[in-house]
Amino acid sequence: MNQGETKKLKSRPLWSIYGEKAIEILIKVSGISAIIFVFAIFFFIFREAFPVLSSPNFNLKEFLFSSQWYPTSAVNVRYGTFALTIGTFSVTALAMVIAVPFGIGAAIFISEFCGKRLKETLKITIELLAAIPSVVWGFIGLTIMSKLITQFTGAPVGVNVLNGGIILALMSLPIIVSIGEDALKAVPDTYREASIALGATRWQMVRRVLLPAAKNGLLAAVLLGIGRAVGETMAVLMATGHAVHIPHGLLDSVRTLTANIAAELGEAPERSEHYQVLFLTGVLLFCITFVINITADFVIRGIKRKQ
Amino acid sequence: MNDNPQNLFVETAFVRKKKRQETVAKSIFLAMSVAMIVPLLLIVGYLVVKAYPSLSLEFLLDIPRKGMTEGGIWPAFIGTIYLVALSLAVSAPIGVMAGIYLNEYAKDNWLNRVINLAVINLAGVPSIVHALFGLGAFVYAAKFGCSIISASLTLAIMTLPVIIASTREALASVPMNFREACWNVGATRWQTIRRIVLPNSIGGILTGVILQVSRSAGETAPIMFTGAVFYKAIERGDLFPYTLDGQCMALSMHLYTLATQVPNVSESIPFATAVVLLATVLLVNATAIVIRTLIRSKKKW
Amino acid sequence: MKINKVISLIAIVSIVILVGVGCKKSSEKTGITTIQNKGSDTMVNLAQAWAEVYKKVAPNVEVEVSGGGSGVGIAALIKGTVDIANASRNMKPSEIEQAKKNTGKEPKEVIIGYDALAIYVHKDNPLNEITVEQLREIYSEGGKIRKWSELGVKIPGAKSDEIVLVSRQSSSGTYEFFREHILNNRDFRLGSRDMNGSKEVVELVSNTPTAIGYSGMGYATPRVKMLKVAQKEGEPAFAPTVENVHNKKYPIARSLQIYTLGEPQGEIKKYIDWILSDEGQRTVQETGYIPLKAVTN
Repeated sequence: MNQGETKKLKSRPLWSIYGEKAIEILIKVSGISAIIFVFAIFFFIFREAFPVLSSPNFNLKEFLFSSQWYPTSAVNVRYGTFALTIGTFSVTALAMVIAVPFGIGAAIFISEFCGKRLKETLKITIELLAAIPSVVWGFIGLTIMSKLITQFTGAPVGVNVLNGGIILALMSLPIIVSIGEDALKAVPDTYREASIALGATRWQMVRRVLLPAAKNGLLAAVLLGIGRAVGETMAVLMATGHAVHIPHGLLDSVRTLTANIAAELGEAPERSEHYQVLFLTGVLLFCITFVINITADFVIRGIKRKQ
Repeated sequence: MNDNPQNLFVETAFVRKKKRQETVAKSIFLAMSVAMIVPLLLIVGYLVVKAYPSLSLEFLLDIPRKGMTEGGIWPAFIGTIYLVALSLAVSAPIGVMAGIYLNEYAKDNWLNRVINLAVINLAGVPSIVHALFGLGAFVYAAKFGCSIISASLTLAIMTLPVIIASTREALASVPMNFREACWNVGATRWQTIRRIVLPNSIGGILTGVILQVSRSAGETAPIMFTGAVFYKAIERGDLFPYTLDGQCMALSMHLYTLATQVPNVSESIPFATAVVLLATVLLVNATAIVIRTLIRSKKKW
Repeated sequence: MKINKVISLIAIVSIVILVGVGCKKSSEKTGITTIQNKGSDTMVNLAQAWAEVYKKVAPNVEVEVSGGGSGVGIAALIKGTVDIANASRNMKPSEIEQAKKNTGKEPKEVIIGYDALAIYVHKDNPLNEITVEQLREIYSEGGKIRKWSELGVKIPGAKSDEIVLVSRQSSSGTYEFFREHILNNRDFRLGSRDMNGSKEVVELVSNTPTAIGYSGMGYATPRVKMLKVAQKEGEPAFAPTVENVHNKKYPIARSLQIYTLGEPQGEIKKYIDWILSDEGQRTVQETGYIPLKAVTN
């Protein structure tokens, strides 16, 4: 290679070279932006919540394990979120009891039992189901579901655990179905072929081969469904009845952690203790969903490594 | 048993049981899938029937009247467009670039792993926690106040994972040998991305961007405390009624206030608002689906 | 190239939006004033109605209305971020001090009307009257009344005798007013359905035969009944009406006020003057609240 040729190659204009550098830097910064945002979220909500930890009215044990939620009491302020946590978990648990069998059943049907055309149609329907905004779900719970519930169960109030649970089940179904289907798809076809060749029916193959092989992926699907249900706000705000109360049955009203923030944040003056406690509830929620999501990710990653 | 060879091919009790189980299992799974879709159709149908008396173009273009008990939803509709457009303007470039980084630049090391975890978590953080963040960071710390800017920045961060994930997926579907061919003729990494990878994945990226629109149009909690107002008096059909440092009405928020706060509103109005919101979101999603199907059918490799 | 088309399309769209917003900003300089109005949820419908009617009176003024609650409106006023704060309670002396310290101006109060807190029950409920003491026993922590039979009524067609309590979320002005004037500052019993909006209270009561709830009288619908309220057992009970509030016979009525920083000036003063005028006061009445003095339609 002689000098002249090298010169020719370098004839690319300077602005293009520096422009490229600049763009690559921008790309790298955007690449780590997700990390920055996650830290920023934690930092900012914790920053707002922090001062309350040293307040005389606040006690961490009471915050976590007392069900006395009197944030604005004139005589004795108490910040106990236990009933709210139980509210969140009761609604989520019911939602999962409904959504997990249906979601996994539908995932199996879509992945193993149906033809190509039906499969596409079902997947598109599920995508549309996932797109319905949560405030519309809440509205459905408030108007349609609550009437149905009072009619069929004779419960005095239609906005309760059952209502919230059904709505949340419908909301978390799409995520369970789509992740569950991915998990089934990830099982190598050789497994299927081997079992069919042995004379197994599809159902036998699903039960004895696919489900055991895909169980981690399905677990991850359920975990992500739980994450979705725990974090849902508007729907449960409108559909669960909003009572600080440890539920004794499906027809009791409850209040969830998320709904409690949504209802009270607007009326808590900035930097008041009440406002800070609500941010602390946000930290609690952030940690719960963080753990759920990380676990789901490890479960999924575990499968990939095995393969 | 019988020695007659023909009888060997007759179903035994075992095979019959097997087949019966198969049919039962299949119908149960089918029923489960149907059980997911039927309520959806019933609910949407019911909403539309209830909303029918109010649904008209006039409803979309008119402002709320008589204490929101009559009239339309124009200020809320245009407010949603403002919020979506601005949040899109922020999250689309960042999201696409982050997707490019993850798929084209990042090596498979701990940093990439942490970024992945961060994206997953960003997607999994409850919307109300995003609202808290928006309030703490944009409204108070950055001193934007309750404004369209704060609300759309909150929405932008919340919907970032949607764009990152679909950009990544779109880029990953471009075969590796396209890139290799391009590198071999001496193109730099960025030139390859700009000329080969992006043009071949633009449809998939667009799908992600469209999904971001649908997601941010439907969210309520993040904008409740950062920039959506109960009511703002504007002109009927005014296209530019808001300023970016002011607050606006939004469709999702409007549905919430109609359902919980406004007395004596005729029943069809909240239902019609719900239908407009639902239709907007579903139409946007359907566009994304159509684009995706078109790309798949046109794919050259 | 396809990608260039897409990029230029996005660019064009964003330019159009920016120009639009820019135009808006410049038009603002040429005479449109925005009045920021925030506060009490009780008054948010009223404030909305004013804003709507006032748009016709003065087209150059745009009023932004947000709810949030009396406390939030006052907090925003203290920070100087709103022009008018609506409050269904009076500003506390500490809040007035803070506002003075923060902005150097004294908050000015204008009473614009009254609201009667109505006690709602289902329209089939045979109960017609209730006393303040009974309400206290029903709603307060450790209160004794939990069943309708203890009030001497049986709800027709209802299986359960238990009173379903409907309340407002803690920190709303209505909740605080109820706690102060009915419960004597005792705490509420936990387990009540704490609704987010005044309308939700009435909706839930109208769907639940065994429920009782409280909310501004402006939220009444034909499907609920407002109880007459007596101060004590044996005293006459009064219905929440305009006369009973004006002559102070109805025991749970309150004044509604708006606050500004310092004497209102310019457009804000005009707006407040209009609120106090006959037309503004008629809006008060039409929205279901009680005007300062009886207005004729």
